[in-house]
Amino acid sequence: MTGADVLLVALGAVAVGAGVLVVTTKHLVRAGLYLVVCLGALAGDFLVLSAELVAWVQVLIYVGAVVVLLLFAVMLTRAPIGASDDLDRPGWPAALIGGGAGLGLTALLVDAYRWSTVTLPHAGTAERLGEQIFQSWVLPFEVLSVLLLAALVGAIVLSRPDIGRAAPQRDGRAADLVDSEPGGRR
Amino acid sequence: MRPVIPYVTAALLFGLGVYGVLRRRNAVLVLMSVELMLNAVNLILVTADTTARAVLPHSGQVFALFVIVLAAAEIGVGLAIVLQLYRLRATVAVDDVPLTESPDPVGGREPAVGDSEAVR
Repeated sequence: MTGADVLLVALGAVAVGAGVLVVTTKHLVRAGLYLVVCLGALAGDFLVLSAELVAWVQVLIYVGAVVVLLLFAVMLTRAPIGASDDLDRPGWPAALIGGGAGLGLTALLVDAYRWSTVTLPHAGTAERLGEQIFQSWVLPFEVLSVLLLAALVGAIVLSRPDIGRAAPQRDGRAADLVDSEPGGRR
Repeated sequence: MRPVIPYVTAALLFGLGVYGVLRRRNAVLVLMSVELMLNAVNLILVTADTTARAVLPHSGQVFALFVIVLAAAEIGVGLAIVLQLYRLRATVAVDDVPLTESPDPVGGREPAVGDSEAVR
């Protein structure tokens, strides 16, 4: 066991432990905070695996943006502060399928790699990854930018209820309709 | 470096994500479990970048970046759907949502038009 192995085992144990807490805790907000721990440990894993840029992007986007969005959603849906008992369904099928998937994949990967060792490649710095992205993966990169735009527009359309509704009205009543809407709906 | 360690971590995290998606009732917690699964895939991709010597170097890490972008887009649209669901039904429990429903439910979109017409 080299130092990298020890670090990988420790960070992996932290990530899996925090993941267990994410899917079992009864506090909604705590689930989000355990998710931060899990994603942070995974970012450490990426660093050990010499994926520098991916690790920092993980910290920026996941820990910085995605978890904050999730916590906002928890608050906007008026989640109770304390423990809530109605978060779970009966767990047998979930435990069966989830445990089967996890342990099956574990057995497969352990069988494939056993205790083989590899030397770590060059660190994936922003410079090297940028070269790859803008030389070999330009088309997927551009498609992803279009997808992000589509997701942005989709989220706006979804969260504005007046967009799809006011369109069929033609004779100047659309504006009144939008104004009278909250009263009419509730 | 022994690649089996991060591989096993990723496999266990994926199993936990599947368990969470099937077990949780709250839609926000379901989205968190989806994030766990996506991160397990990222870890697999980054680890495979060290074990498999591909023609193009660092392909696995580039793919991991792409998956992170996809996850960001997914969480944006997913949370918009969850908040809209909460606004319409005042609940985010995924098994309270009827999957088969008439296109214009009571309290949904169309009756608002009818109400405003009646008032006028």
